[in-house]
Amino acid sequence: MRKDGWRDAIYLCVSVCTKYANKAQQFEQNGHFPRCTYIRKDDTELNRLRRDPWNLLALCRFMGSEVFQRMDMNWDHEPGSAGILPANLRSFSRLAGKMPALPASRFMGSKTAFRGCRVVASMVSQRRSHMNCRWIICLVLLAGGLPLEAATDAVRAAKPLRQPHWAFVKPVRPVIPPLPTNAIVNSVNPIDGFIRARLAKEGIPASPEADRITLIRRVSLDLTGLPPSPGDVRAFLSDLRPDAWERVVDRLLASPHFGERQARIWLDLARYADSNGYSIDSPRSVWPYRDWVIRAFNADMPFDQFTVWQLAGDLVASSAALGTDEARDALIASGFHRNTQVNHEGGVDVEQFRVESVVDRVNTTATVWLGLTVGCAQCHDHKFDPISQREYYRLLAFFNSCENDGHGNASLTAEQILELGTPEEIARRNEHRAEVSRRDKALAEWAATELLGRFPGWEAGLTEQSRGGFSRLLRDVLAIPPANRAKDQSNLVWGTFRDQDAEWKVRRAELDQFKRQEPLIPSTLVMKERAEPRETRVLIKGDFTRPSEVVTAGTPAVLAPLATPGRTRRDLATWLVSVENPLTGRVVANRLWQQIFGKGLVETENDFGTQGTSPSHRELLDWLACELVEPSAAAGAWSLKRMIRLLVTSATYRQSSQARNELAERDPRNLLLARQSRVRLDAELIRDVALVASGQFDSRIGGAPVYPPQPAGLGAFTQNDRPWKPSEGGDRFRRGIYTALQRSSLHPALVVFDAPDANTSCTRRIRSNTPLQSLTQLNDAAFFELARALGHRLPGAASKDETRIEMVSRACLGRLPAAAERQRLSELVRLGRADGQSEGDVWTDVVRVFFNLDETITRE
Amino acid sequence: MGLGGMALASLAGHGIAGEAGSPYAPRSAPVRPRVKRVIYLFMAGGPSQLELWDHKPKLTALSGQAIPDSFLEGKRFAFMDTSFKNRSTLLGSRRSFRQHGQAGVWCSDLLPHTSGMMDDLAVVKSCATNLFNHAPAKLFMNTGSGQFGRPSMGSWVTYGLGSESRDLPAFVVLQSGPRGPRGGPANWASGFLPTTFQGVPLRGSGDPILNLSNPEGITDVRQRRALDAIRDLNLQRAVVTGDPEIHTRIASYEMACRMQTSAPELMDLAGESPATLKLYGCDPAKPSFARNCLLARRLIERDVRFVQLYHADWDSHGGPGQTIDEDLEKVAREVDQACAALVKDLKARGLLDDTLVIWGGEFGRTPMGEIREKTGRNHHIDAFTMWFAGGGIRPGIELGRTDELGFNAIEDRAPVHDVHATILHLLGFDHERLTFRFQGRDFRLTDVEGTVLHKLVA
Repeated sequence: MRKDGWRDAIYLCVSVCTKYANKAQQFEQNGHFPRCTYIRKDDTELNRLRRDPWNLLALCRFMGSEVFQRMDMNWDHEPGSAGILPANLRSFSRLAGKMPALPASRFMGSKTAFRGCRVVASMVSQRRSHMNCRWIICLVLLAGGLPLEAATDAVRAAKPLRQPHWAFVKPVRPVIPPLPTNAIVNSVNPIDGFIRARLAKEGIPASPEADRITLIRRVSLDLTGLPPSPGDVRAFLSDLRPDAWERVVDRLLASPHFGERQARIWLDLARYADSNGYSIDSPRSVWPYRDWVIRAFNADMPFDQFTVWQLAGDLVASSAALGTDEARDALIASGFHRNTQVNHEGGVDVEQFRVESVVDRVNTTATVWLGLTVGCAQCHDHKFDPISQREYYRLLAFFNSCENDGHGNASLTAEQILELGTPEEIARRNEHRAEVSRRDKALAEWAATELLGRFPGWEAGLTEQSRGGFSRLLRDVLAIPPANRAKDQSNLVWGTFRDQDAEWKVRRAELDQFKRQEPLIPSTLVMKERAEPRETRVLIKGDFTRPSEVVTAGTPAVLAPLATPGRTRRDLATWLVSVENPLTGRVVANRLWQQIFGKGLVETENDFGTQGTSPSHRELLDWLACELVEPSAAAGAWSLKRMIRLLVTSATYRQSSQARNELAERDPRNLLLARQSRVRLDAELIRDVALVASGQFDSRIGGAPVYPPQPAGLGAFTQNDRPWKPSEGGDRFRRGIYTALQRSSLHPALVVFDAPDANTSCTRRIRSNTPLQSLTQLNDAAFFELARALGHRLPGAASKDETRIEMVSRACLGRLPAAAERQRLSELVRLGRADGQSEGDVWTDVVRVFFNLDETITRE
Repeated sequence: MGLGGMALASLAGHGIAGEAGSPYAPRSAPVRPRVKRVIYLFMAGGPSQLELWDHKPKLTALSGQAIPDSFLEGKRFAFMDTSFKNRSTLLGSRRSFRQHGQAGVWCSDLLPHTSGMMDDLAVVKSCATNLFNHAPAKLFMNTGSGQFGRPSMGSWVTYGLGSESRDLPAFVVLQSGPRGPRGGPANWASGFLPTTFQGVPLRGSGDPILNLSNPEGITDVRQRRALDAIRDLNLQRAVVTGDPEIHTRIASYEMACRMQTSAPELMDLAGESPATLKLYGCDPAKPSFARNCLLARRLIERDVRFVQLYHADWDSHGGPGQTIDEDLEKVAREVDQACAALVKDLKARGLLDDTLVIWGGEFGRTPMGEIREKTGRNHHIDAFTMWFAGGGIRPGIELGRTDELGFNAIEDRAPVHDVHATILHLLGFDHERLTFRFQGRDFRLTDVEGTVLHKLVA
């Protein structure tokens, strides 16, 4: 910002704060800001704040949101209309006259002032109507001591302060920079043009291409999440055709495991889990949604359709244009927003948790598609980005008329649970349920007649000794004469009698056994719109007990208007992926970049607002966004496979990840991409790699969640210690994406490697490096089982030690061991044998070493 | 810029365990710290302050009468629509209360040992919270928010101060009672902070830390050999790639290895004198709250930063196992002696001066009775009691007062955010500056509120 710009911003800030201070008492009386500690202070404090601009600036920083909420309403009005602003100008003018002069230089060094200014400047510059800015400038001028008329005149001629924030302007396809002449690798990939041009400007040469083994392991892990087989590696090494690399990429894009890898990343965004969350956290069945995501990625469903189906699949399914299977899939896809948590805890306020789930849907949608943190605006206008609280609730209105209640009290209707059986299967199941209810009734009748007949005798026959075994409560009740007992007391005695009756026990057990034989039909959760829409109101401070103004569904004013006339979730989804939307294309392209290069071009992948980091390569990001949404080729709009192919066939992607000393100072975080990055694998992949290497891997795709072994006693720390019965057979060795995800007690090997908790949408995983990870890899029974399997197989698989070491090395790292490594491992083998270990144990030790290497769990 | 910026530079999932610049490296607090460590005795379920601490003769006098409407206006309660509305008559406590210590702090006969320590405690009778269901209220007390996904207090503290222990986790959780606390691991999760800072549960039986023992059949010799080979090969790779992250991983393995020795040594109470065991009332062979208190002291001695003990179940609704008579007596008995012993023991060993001990639940209980099978009380958010002891705490005081029915805190009200601000203050933090940027916002333990309770601080 130019120097004058700073001064403007500072003055703006002061003016806003002054205005606030002026009104603070009134707000206080109205009780608008009960959480504001500042305005609770007495009058002296308030006056001190008002007198000293420094304090006002601090106030602006802390109170910003609350102030803006009020300010915003005012700004929307022209002088002379119903707004408060013009009416206040005169009094403001009087107040300003009493204020000390404001030497701009005083503020320059103040961090608080700096922040305050940014707040205001961004607020102002993002408003679509420049009129808003003008009236603030008017306030500034008044604060500076200008007479009212002169200030008003000056304002009419004022120009907007700044260009709108880059991310809110539709990207324009930039010209691709030509490759610098000194480029090491020739490339026709536009990505390299952008990256290399920047590097050339900085005078940094790109890194050479990585060796072929590193390359194929890198791209296999990035695209499918699985390491290449030794056969894959051999084939690539011996393929001398010029397009050998593209062939590998195309093979991987066509692999059914591609969908699994991409789906896992998407499921983080979708906060997918197999349980209901909160404290009770009972299991739920929504895995067909997970499988649909896998299928969609494998089929390269265009991202716009992928979006509409997930946000409004239920509305799409009812339209006549779809075939039966498609309609069913669209409905399954709508499960995206059924991944919200459901609170079954006793005594909760149902509306509270319904609102929680709707809020989660709004926040998740904004994070995933718009890369915006709208959550701030739930309670107040966004401090930094141009999203008002009112606009937040207008977004919320799109989601507010769903049937699903977030509490679980309302019984789920058939329309909210989609059963995926054939009609015959469902009929058979229904018949079984009918039979259960018949038998239930029969048992109750038996109990009410025959069993009841024995009851009086039983109680009469109770001895002091037999009563001694009863609870104190029961003993107290038995002391009351039967006729005087309350209903629950009688029930307690009856229940005790019934449960000790041998015949009852047999009959009861038979019925329970029969109930358990109910044919299982897979089902999944789907969205359902209410027949009667709910009214949406702004909730003061986000508190569901404080509804105020009624709002209708609508999108934030700073972005393009809705593309379609309707106001349904489908209209919202269509708007998100319309070519006019400046954000979605960029946000999706950026996440793909993050996935492939380890870090986004916009590093704050979940915040494209004014508080996010600026893109490291703005033009490249815009070019990618354009290429995604409106590709240069005629076909392939929103094709993610096409985009991923574009990324991984670049020379930038194929660079070595070798650290470069000369860059350690200049570009320690590798933002310029003069090399590739080494990236620790995600939690699921760490086990997947060991599974494949061990030879135990079961490659089946999809299906109900599985239960790989985990240490016993984990549930002791949760409210409900839910059983975890380890799967047997192939299900024990399925990919991590299929492990049952119980929110309150995620599999510890997933948690320790930073798998998200599925409570909120996760756009980027942390990659920590801790001793607990080391303990898991070293000692976890599941990892050891895999190491042992391979270790015991090795002696039979090859006769020479040398070959055996090579085999493990190939399985885990894709490469042959270096001489020093061979030597170190041979030493380990020798020591084991010297101690008289069995061959199986000797080689188990070798495999354990490989499983624990940094390289094994790293994409280089 | 708060600590956020400082720590962030060294964080982002990087760092070298036990070495400078790592997330575990001990960091000095920005303001003068009064304590270095915390032991938080979490009484899960909501202990009845009216049976334990808050002596209300007027409530006893009015027992059985309807509560005046003025108290209920605008209030919300758990189980509002069912059990509560029709039966909201006042219930006087049947406990006998006495004043203890020099300040004459009221305490009932349920806590005979604790009341003997009154000159060392600061009892706050005016605590108040916002949420009336167990899981959200526990999260609120631990993370400053009722939502899942926020970092817990222990995580914030270890994020801010790092660890002084080279061979144990910085934040340890112990649990006793019939089941784990509602909300489960979310109560000690690191939320959006790196998982490095999450609480590590020490288990009552089996391996105290998950995967601490060698796999079955692997001797210590074989384990050491494997570790040596892993280290050597990792070092070779570090040379080839030049990636410093590999050195972090090598350090992680070394610390894991030390934990394999230090954690079992920690759990082994054979070295504790019979006098100490008797003081706590601890049977070393059996998991119990008393044993956990003793372990807490041992953890503190080993420089663990934040120890949290959960003990269930204080949820005295009046259902089976939940009466405010014999069941409450039982829970109180399970904790009373050990709580007092812990304070006494820490003091005798000179550890109390730089350790903060906190006692309390997620909320209190209503002055109205709740009738299920038997009598109990409902969840109550407007007034409950916590106590604090240790460095920086003004000892032997009673802070705050409730109205004559014990319904509302009317003097020196201590909302949860204020309690958090005070705890951070004692640890040497300005609670407004211990921040972490997430999704475009600087988050704090105290959200947008919190005022230090200076009357509590010596």
